[in-house]
Amino acid sequence: MSMVSKFIATALLLSLSSYNYADTEHQALGKPAEALTQQAQWNLSIAPDGKALPKGKGVAAQGKKIFALKCAACHGPEGIGASADPLMGEVGSLTSDYPEKTVNSYWPYATTLFDYIRRAMPINAPFSLTPDEVYALSAYILSQDAIIAEDFELNEKTLPQVTMPNREGFTAFYPEK
Amino acid sequence: MSTPPTQSRRQFLQKAALGGALAGTVSLPILANTDKLEFPDNLPEWMRAPGGEFGNYGQPSKHEQQVIRWISANPAAPGNGVSWTPLHDLQGTITPNGLHYERHHNGVPQIDPEQHVLLIDGLVDKPLSFDVKSLMRYPMVSRTCFIECGGNSNSGWRSNPIQSQAGYAHGLVSNAEWTGIPLKLLLKEAGIKTSAKWVIAEGADAAALNISIPLEKLLDDALLALYQNGERLRPENGYPMRLVLPGWEGILNVKWVRQLRLTDEPIMSRDETSQYTELLPDGTARQFTFINEAKSLITSPSLGMMLPDNPGIYQISGLAWSGRGKITRVEISADGGDSWVDAELQGPVLDKAFTRFSLPWHWQGEYAILQSRATDETGYVQPTREALVENRGKHGFFHYNAIVSWEITEEGDINHVYGF
Repeated sequence: MSMVSKFIATALLLSLSSYNYADTEHQALGKPAEALTQQAQWNLSIAPDGKALPKGKGVAAQGKKIFALKCAACHGPEGIGASADPLMGEVGSLTSDYPEKTVNSYWPYATTLFDYIRRAMPINAPFSLTPDEVYALSAYILSQDAIIAEDFELNEKTLPQVTMPNREGFTAFYPEK
Repeated sequence: MSTPPTQSRRQFLQKAALGGALAGTVSLPILANTDKLEFPDNLPEWMRAPGGEFGNYGQPSKHEQQVIRWISANPAAPGNGVSWTPLHDLQGTITPNGLHYERHHNGVPQIDPEQHVLLIDGLVDKPLSFDVKSLMRYPMVSRTCFIECGGNSNSGWRSNPIQSQAGYAHGLVSNAEWTGIPLKLLLKEAGIKTSAKWVIAEGADAAALNISIPLEKLLDDALLALYQNGERLRPENGYPMRLVLPGWEGILNVKWVRQLRLTDEPIMSRDETSQYTELLPDGTARQFTFINEAKSLITSPSLGMMLPDNPGIYQISGLAWSGRGKITRVEISADGGDSWVDAELQGPVLDKAFTRFSLPWHWQGEYAILQSRATDETGYVQPTREALVENRGKHGFFHYNAIVSWEITEEGDINHVYGF
């Protein structure tokens, strides 16, 4: 090998070995977010234990007014039979030839009702209801099938204690057996 | 367009000028003596004048404008509905981004990526937030897989067969190459506590959709996807980021994802209790049926088409997929399931992805019922409708994966029928 080609070979080797391989696959770029986790907008999900429920209260009579104003257009005045999902009635229908999966006939947890109304309803103005309004609407819907009494106050303590008619109606297919 | 048998030099000049992309500045072609033109008569007009302009973003031919998603939404709440992929008009296995099926619960959010973050919190050592720019620096992987809505094909539960085109009854499933960050990288960066079993995912849409996903799946093959078929996600498919859980029903592949909260129990949200659960005849319901079982569908010939030649040779073609792995076999029947032959599978056959199958068929004018039947690598065989209804009743609504039957009449018309 000539001096010149030796020089070129050495230069190539040097240029190759100057590459700094990363010693880990990637740089950790997540930012500490403890502060975010304390904020209400990052704590929307409410489990059946109700621990994440906001303070507030409402009864069916208050909910009935809000329902007529903000819900009945899509869900129907009776909460069933309109363009949106059925809410009330048909408890006990699940084994019939025409089962209706209403909130009251099918949903296993009352906490889900609060969680869903607050995050998604009314559909043209999500997050526009106060906690008191959501408690009142939940009370109205549940009271229509006597799941709670007409005058029962729903609040962050009482809502998780409500037992839905179809509480035991679900079989988990995960984990698979 | 037909061309007149003879054409004057003047007409040619006019056409050339009209067809020019840079009208006004284009220089006209140098014309030979018309008498000596070698192809004066029958060349199509698009060969005798410059074509159209370049485009910044390509669009389908104007002759393919009927190839569209079919939208089925609630008129009172137009952001709540679905749009169906026109599987009957497509070939190959990749769904074009503009035709990927949609399910929105309250419209398509127009998210500013500068303002979007993903928060990972709950049962982790240190809660972390990730902005889009940071995420773009992570190592990414690509994988091709289908995403299928748990409600796809639900018209199959009706007592009478719906007369809709293949994609408009079964097209809440699409197949794309998704590119993004393996979720396990991000979860491990936050530090997973041993008590964590579930992850509550939440979207940044106007339904703030929330749903529980087993942590095990996110640590397995799930992606935080940023790209779809090579380009950034479309708004309707989750821009700027979404979950992709290969083989698991669409609702879990949360679009516009903003939060992953690790927990020890599922949250029991609306979309894992009221919806995406399957009512059985005894009044109980199956919950957390995450995996899309093996399924197949003949896309051609199918309803809306007809067989023009009798006798004639037709290429039976369709799609098969399984949320449990690779498709290993697709069989075709022309007699409503009495006899079956193996179709050819187009390679490469990918895990949890569309597999195209095909088989030439010599139709001789006889009444026929065409069916396809998929088998996946676990040995699972796609059921008949009769078996599915026997097993699950008439009100399951979700996860319908029965064999689809196309009736071919002696006139070559095609109808949807239930199997025999």
